[in-house]
Amino acid sequence: MSETPTMMVDGRAIPIAGQRNVLELCREAGIEIPSFCYHSDLSVFGACRLCLVEVEGHGVTTSCTLVPEPGLRIHTSTAEIRDMRKVGVELLLASHDMSCPTCPKGSHCKLQNLARRLGVREVPFPSATPHLPVDRSSDAIEINPNRCVLCGDCVRACQEISGTGVLDFAHRGNRATVSAAFGRSLAETECVGCGQCARVCPTGAIMPRSEVENVWRDLDDPRKTVVVQIAPAVRVAIGEAFGLAAGTVSTGQLTAALRRLGFDQVYDTAFAADLTVVEETEEFTRRLAHDERLPLLTSCCPAWVQCVERFHPGLIDNLSSCRSPQQMFGSLARRLLPERLESSPEDLVVVSIMPCTAKKTEARRPEFAGPEGPDVDHVLTTRELARMIDERGLVFDELAPEPMDLPMGFKTGAGLVFGATGGVTEAVLRHAGAVRSAGGELQGAGDPEPVRTLSVALGDRVLKLAVVHGLARARELMEEIEAGNPDGYDLVEVMACPGGCVGGAGQPPTTHPGACRARARGLAEADRSRQLHTSGANHLVRECYDELLETPGSEAAHDLLHTRYHRRPRPSDELAVVDGPAGA
Amino acid sequence: MSNSQDVLIADLAELAREHRSLADTTTHRLVVCAGSGCIASGALAVHDALVAACRAAGLDVVVSLRREDEHAHRDGAVHVSGSGCQGFCQMGPLVAVEPDGTLYVKVTPGDAGEIVASLRDGTAVERLLYREPRHGQICRRRAEIPFYELQTRRVLAECGRIDPEDVREYIAHGGYAAAWSVWHETGPDEVCARIEAAGLRGRGGGGFPTGRKWRLTLDQPGDHKCVICNGDEGDPGAFMDRSVMEGNPHSVVEGMLIAAHAVGADRGVVYVRAEYPLAVRRMRRAARDAHELGLLGDDVMGTGRPFRLEVMEGAGAFVCGEETALMASIEGHRGMPRPKPPFPSERGLHGLPTVINNVETLAAVPLIVRDGVEEFRRLGTAGSPGTKTFALTGHVANTGLIEVPFGTTLREIVETIGGGVIDDDGRPDADGFKAVQIGGPSGGCLTAEHLDLPLDFDSLGEVGAMVGSGGLVVMNRTTCMVQVARFFMQFTQNESCGKCVLCREGTRQMLGLLDRVIAGEADAATLPLLQRTARAVATASLCGLGKTAPSPVLSTLHHFGDEYAAHVDERRCPAGRCKALAVPEIVAELCRGCTICARKCPVGAITGDKKQPHVIDPDACTRCGVCAEVCKFEAVVGL
Amino acid sequence: MTTTTVSRDGLRETVRGILDDHGRDPGRLIPILQAVQEEYHYLPAPALTTVAAALGVPEARVYGVATFYAHFSLEPKGRHVIRVCDGTACHVRGSRDLLDALRAELSLGEAEQTTPDAMFTLETVSCIGACGLAPAMVVDDQIHGLLTPEAAVAILRDVRDGDEPGEEVPA
Repeated sequence: MSETPTMMVDGRAIPIAGQRNVLELCREAGIEIPSFCYHSDLSVFGACRLCLVEVEGHGVTTSCTLVPEPGLRIHTSTAEIRDMRKVGVELLLASHDMSCPTCPKGSHCKLQNLARRLGVREVPFPSATPHLPVDRSSDAIEINPNRCVLCGDCVRACQEISGTGVLDFAHRGNRATVSAAFGRSLAETECVGCGQCARVCPTGAIMPRSEVENVWRDLDDPRKTVVVQIAPAVRVAIGEAFGLAAGTVSTGQLTAALRRLGFDQVYDTAFAADLTVVEETEEFTRRLAHDERLPLLTSCCPAWVQCVERFHPGLIDNLSSCRSPQQMFGSLARRLLPERLESSPEDLVVVSIMPCTAKKTEARRPEFAGPEGPDVDHVLTTRELARMIDERGLVFDELAPEPMDLPMGFKTGAGLVFGATGGVTEAVLRHAGAVRSAGGELQGAGDPEPVRTLSVALGDRVLKLAVVHGLARARELMEEIEAGNPDGYDLVEVMACPGGCVGGAGQPPTTHPGACRARARGLAEADRSRQLHTSGANHLVRECYDELLETPGSEAAHDLLHTRYHRRPRPSDELAVVDGPAGA
Repeated sequence: MSNSQDVLIADLAELAREHRSLADTTTHRLVVCAGSGCIASGALAVHDALVAACRAAGLDVVVSLRREDEHAHRDGAVHVSGSGCQGFCQMGPLVAVEPDGTLYVKVTPGDAGEIVASLRDGTAVERLLYREPRHGQICRRRAEIPFYELQTRRVLAECGRIDPEDVREYIAHGGYAAAWSVWHETGPDEVCARIEAAGLRGRGGGGFPTGRKWRLTLDQPGDHKCVICNGDEGDPGAFMDRSVMEGNPHSVVEGMLIAAHAVGADRGVVYVRAEYPLAVRRMRRAARDAHELGLLGDDVMGTGRPFRLEVMEGAGAFVCGEETALMASIEGHRGMPRPKPPFPSERGLHGLPTVINNVETLAAVPLIVRDGVEEFRRLGTAGSPGTKTFALTGHVANTGLIEVPFGTTLREIVETIGGGVIDDDGRPDADGFKAVQIGGPSGGCLTAEHLDLPLDFDSLGEVGAMVGSGGLVVMNRTTCMVQVARFFMQFTQNESCGKCVLCREGTRQMLGLLDRVIAGEADAATLPLLQRTARAVATASLCGLGKTAPSPVLSTLHHFGDEYAAHVDERRCPAGRCKALAVPEIVAELCRGCTICARKCPVGAITGDKKQPHVIDPDACTRCGVCAEVCKFEAVVGL
Repeated sequence: MTTTTVSRDGLRETVRGILDDHGRDPGRLIPILQAVQEEYHYLPAPALTTVAAALGVPEARVYGVATFYAHFSLEPKGRHVIRVCDGTACHVRGSRDLLDALRAELSLGEAEQTTPDAMFTLETVSCIGACGLAPAMVVDDQIHGLLTPEAAVAILRDVRDGDEPGEEVPA
């Protein structure tokens, strides 16, 4: 038997198996060491000073910076450590606005949980809350600095995951804040709305904007016909809000819950995803035939689209002109549903349930509005919907599963895999009938690499594809492509969030590092359980073409399903700083 | 520049010989201290006046010893030069006369004629000599002045003697010989071994063995490494590093050169505090001159190996004295420390193995190489060999920059070098000693019981204090120790980078608690909470700034717990400094009943009949102090 | 010209020149900002935007750096900058009294630093290293030591009296 090296944690020998630090080792060993500023997918910051452990012979140190070593003996909960953690939490509470009962973060707030776990019964220090204004300028997220603990998670997420660096620390000492440049409101910045900052925020300081009240208002209005679309990634995550394991496919319960909430029709964004695959494949093969505007860049992710418009305007023409599934659904619903549901156009309300904050911004794009207003009226995140279900008093996991409404509730497995990184490419390859060599699976197990490349055969041509998640890595790749596309990519799929939409900022908060992977597995399982796996096989999609859209890529299809993009002004534009080395 | 080492050896020796022969042609040298302190007192005008006076007296003047100087070849000239800080800033502007060693103090331009006249007959201008205040004795030579008598100047030896802006003079005094020998004759391993054997410890605060630090960096793989000189001396009340950088910048450059060879570095950065413009200028000049002579650059002293040096000016952040924050600042980021490990020796500037040493540490390195390990260890204690510079300030008669062997006692420094404790009006106060704050905002206080403690890293550590950067602030009996703790807490609170919770929020709350003590608003919970918070901040903060921020509080609580208790329990400030706790009173025997205090009191708290003693209502009184100011009979006490 | 509005074109040219002097190296952000401040006596917002764009770093990072260091100011400063040293040595020798006297002389409130006529900015500095001359202050980069409140006010008045209208501030 080979010897696994171990170290002693609270008197127990714990095997060392390549963990990044002692904090992760302890968590794997079932000891939940508190921390605010440690995230497995961000760099180590060491600011919150809560993950303290005592190392025998070396005193107290933070476990996030401690490398596991054989023979190390540590204690995670001495009286001294417990008191120091308590002092830390008391100090944070003294500068916190303590609006806990009305804070949307609720029971997911790490600060609140920690105060409870550590037995903080009162704050001995006088209040030092700053009383700064709340920023509600963005459609995607809102920032309440009075709840900020300055852990810097959002700053690192904005730099390391989204690559935009809109948020950073400003000022210093106890005047330090997390802020956009010059204290600008988010709407005045180059924020793309991906919401990764909100996803990692341990408190209620950065939260997705809530549209729940608007949705209630329309549901309560008897004149309105309210229809809803559910994005693929929602069904494998919403269960987490009700105690189910990550990745549990709860499409049936979700549909039932939405009907109980008062939605008139429940549809699937995956239907529109099938439509997207058909259109985008047509576009791709046409561009390939003419060797123009390659690589084709996918356009399903609105944060990514904004990223190209802002930071890589030279590649705007490479973006697929296809609207995202959410917006294809919206325009189709506006065209088809008033007649079918016998609703006047102005009384039809289209709601989407998305794992995403950027979809809220996308729905406000002027390109996606008709004379009656926006194609999609309200965008709810998975967690907003969970809250509505809670408010309505439904016991989610006891609901009897119900099927979705037709036609737009019908989808193939290809429409479902959109919710995880690689899904769009997978669906397009299936539809195009591309031949993959062994190992060309895009829906494999394990955490996908940030950038995956593969070669496939399509007809007599070998195509080079790249699949990216995380905007920071995407921007690096775009710089290569701008410099001449040396690797000769034909198609690049980009999703802003780690893991794709399953890791979206609108999903239920999770501390479980494997949650994203489990959700992606749930989608793969949902794909397998469908009878059809190729978008072209969706006969209701085909019906749409027969009735309305004619053929893929037709003028009618373009009218409803495609869009245009435009360069976004940058703060430096009016200063005409054109010859900087990067960006622009 | 020189391409082969033979040429360079000749260059160095030739430069030194030439400079010495030029110096031999002059009969006298007038060295005007041009440290920041003396410049502030008008030294530059004195320099110009001396030059003018020499010319008026028909003497040849040499201002700078260069071959091209027209007067330099003539015998019998007077050499007027500037120097770095001579240490006795309070007495500036200082003018030293060589070769006889006369030192004039508080010289004005009007004195120049008399000084020059005295050169002819070898007398001294007596009224400009230092007079020892306690006994009145007149000291002609610098060595006779008690302030200098007990000092042993090694690192500062050339400060105050050579012209810091003249690389030739540094070379003439043996400069760069140590670096030359190391780069040409000694392997990196041997250099590290020598510094280890010398027992040199970091002068910037912690006292980490310099040789070991170098070896850790040497042992790291990699073709590119860095040496950083930490000149971000931010401790309020300390200016040793500034004096070295201003007074002998080439000693720092040479120390870095030796360090670079020892660890295999090809890049060096001197990071100088922005508040030290003169130090920035002189370090830049030194680096430029050394590059021009081929001492630095792509081919250091003809060895074919590179070491490029740049000088960067800080932008005003005390925390940048912390090494990881300093590197972040050099890289163009906010000066926020990051957790260690990785240590700079593993991943430092731009991710390269990096050694960071303090100015004084680096300036000591050439001395060890030149004079040998034994000579270095001859001074100081076994655990703390060598000398240490201190900035002696506060309530002592003589303030300024001093250098003493480690192990010198506090009493020797305060009594002999400092000339004893003074009261608030500057008069000697033999029994006035209360405490010394050592190591600034990161350090602690020493009390009368520590007066005979030898000052070295280990003895100070044992009593919970630290050498720190070397600030020594003497405080007399009228100092309130709660206010001292508050002063330092205010400082660290302002300077906290704001990254880690304990330092950012902890310093703010500790400051608030101290304010409550001072304002008489503390209750039984205040001091225990202060202590508990201080311990947590000290143990669990991210960086050294945070970890040491509570030291002044913990140390004053420990040594002056009674004084804190008096503030809290009796609402009384024993030193009488805390206004809110003052109990103003009119001494009936002194009061003539002139009524002026009652009329001037803004809140009507004073009552009394004409020609009768007045009284203050302590509840109505706001402790503004107007009554005490207007009273002609000094009858108001307690404010 | 220190506090007047800066022309955009002039600013762009000046800042570009500074950027070029530093090779547009993001690692030299601090020296670049120091040079900009040297030029304008503060950091005009458009200059920071220009610097960020030219270096290819987010504006928020440049703003974060500019607000971190005490020497950078995003507000225009007065024609003369008086910095009273509040280091330990100066503090125990009465720097607060200097500050109070100067503030009274300039009619500045507790929170104000610059006079309404933009003539003077009064600040404290943690230590200028002139401890042997405590208490001390720096007026336009010149150190004055061993001060009393009266002497400090006298220096301030000298500066004000010596200031002919339109005269350039000495570098």
